[in-house]
Amino acid sequence: MIELKNVRVKVADFNLQQINLSFGKGTYTVILGPTGAGKTVLLESIAGLHAVHEGEVLLDGKNVTNIVPEARGVSIVYQDYTLFPHLSVKENIIFGLNVRHVSKAKIAEELEWICGIFDVEPLLNRQPATLSGGERQRAALARALITKPEILLLDEPLSALDMESREEMYAQLQDTHRKLNITTLHVTHDFEEAMSLADNIVLLNQGKIVQVGKPADIFYRPASEFVARFTMARNIFEGKISGQIKNEKVFKTGGLEICAVSDKNTAEYAIIRAEMVNLTAEQPVSMPNVFRGTVKSITDKGANILVTLDCPLQFECLLLRQQFEKMLLSPGQQVYLSFLPASVHLI
Amino acid sequence: MEVWPKFARAASSYFKRHRLLIVFSGFSLVILFFIFIPLFKMVFLSNKEALWQALRDTTVLESIWLTLYAALITAAIGFILGVPLAYILARHNFPLKGVVEGLIDLPIVVPHTAAGIALLFVFGRNYLLGKWFNAIGINFVDSLAGIIIAMLFVSAPFLINSAKDGFHKVDVRLENVARTLGASPWQVFRRVTFPLAKRSIFTGTLMMWARGISEFGAVIILTYFPMVTSILIYQRFESYGLTQAVPVAAILVVVCALIFIGFRYILQREKKRD
Repeated sequence: MIELKNVRVKVADFNLQQINLSFGKGTYTVILGPTGAGKTVLLESIAGLHAVHEGEVLLDGKNVTNIVPEARGVSIVYQDYTLFPHLSVKENIIFGLNVRHVSKAKIAEELEWICGIFDVEPLLNRQPATLSGGERQRAALARALITKPEILLLDEPLSALDMESREEMYAQLQDTHRKLNITTLHVTHDFEEAMSLADNIVLLNQGKIVQVGKPADIFYRPASEFVARFTMARNIFEGKISGQIKNEKVFKTGGLEICAVSDKNTAEYAIIRAEMVNLTAEQPVSMPNVFRGTVKSITDKGANILVTLDCPLQFECLLLRQQFEKMLLSPGQQVYLSFLPASVHLI
Repeated sequence: MEVWPKFARAASSYFKRHRLLIVFSGFSLVILFFIFIPLFKMVFLSNKEALWQALRDTTVLESIWLTLYAALITAAIGFILGVPLAYILARHNFPLKGVVEGLIDLPIVVPHTAAGIALLFVFGRNYLLGKWFNAIGINFVDSLAGIIIAMLFVSAPFLINSAKDGFHKVDVRLENVARTLGASPWQVFRRVTFPLAKRSIFTGTLMMWARGISEFGAVIILTYFPMVTSILIYQRFESYGLTQAVPVAAILVVVCALIFIGFRYILQREKKRD
């Protein structure tokens, strides 16, 4: 278990402020945020690579704030896997055992064990420069885990891979986590990657935590406008609660009244994810939140189609390709958009 | 009849495509000839009989040997003291770092006779450090120790700057990974940082040795005797003229050329192997 209590870290002109976090043993946590949010600094501070100016870092209840990195039982894997270029894959993998002066027999035993998990035996005599992205990642993970650390820190481990390799690596990381049950902190700026892997997500911005929660919480219940925009909610409207109908709040924005299921009495923003908005040619009956709009633009996103509508607020709607092809939409066409009050999140 | 217009067209097209390369090659040839011709003329067009005599002259051979090993000891001292400084400069920030870096480059820009006088004011028998070292039997005037400190002063910046560049090129994250894998800072330096920066460090050491061999101004102020080769060439030129100075200079140039071409070859082979 990792705990950070009121941690403040200063690196050059950057400040990581008031970090309070707790990660349970064996959990997979993704630290998410835009470039420059302080994700890597946070990871390196947990590893002991930056001095903590205030607060405490606890690993399994033990205060390790002033303990050197080599004594923390934490391994880090960086974005481009940073294999030692002057050593063979085998020398890279057993580096952690060599520096701890582990016996040759024990090294052979541990090497066999890690080769079994990451299938790196055919790579052992190769030099890092000759490996593919996926092979490099397997070698880096094997090197990080052969010393059996308590915590695995992954800094953007998938961003150097193409989409196909990335899908394979999701499976590899999930499999490794399941087999070894190791507490894992994974840094990324990619929201989809976070959704695919995380038990919990920590969202950072400008050195501060902006939201902590399950992936679904971050996705459907963003705590702020920043989180909503970062998670590509798309339909974010400024306004205020103007009334209540039964259990639903009425949120007034730009001349429209939107019904929302919420226990809040005040709110500044209504957020409706683009994939929660339906489009129909006919007006749906007995439904709140139905608006007539004109198709402004259509953007092909591959598997999905993004339709922008004027009604008169600008709404964005993400349709599956199959659904889009059935509707035969074109710019200038009049359609009805609708969404459930439960799909509206007020903040 | 149509051959010449075709040739002219091809030449014009070649010139257009390779304009930059052709212009740069022209300038490069000028500087290469400038460096190469005087050395070539001195080595290959000097009097063969005088050259042969110089090769059998023990004063010349002893002087060359003294120059080579004094410069080698200097490079070794520079390596031991300069590499840690280069590492600190590459990895850490501290107040007045820019001033320290400027001071390191100072021996390159000051006249070396002035550097010799400055050293004499510190290491001379009646001055600050000279007195202390004299008490333990080390004398810096007219001695091997004097040659070494003169060479060290003027050549250390070459090693420090080259090693600093080498350390800069080593990704700090490799060191971070090594630390989290259980390596102490010493182990990280020995197993990761140094091996990855070694080419720059050895190139710097070689440059330092080379600079030491060629040093004249600072050495002559501190140590006229025993005579390093640069001083011997000067002494022969002053006393006997060009005919006696050229063979000594030619031998030194050939010895240095063989050594440095050999080292360059080894470094290139290492680079290819990596």
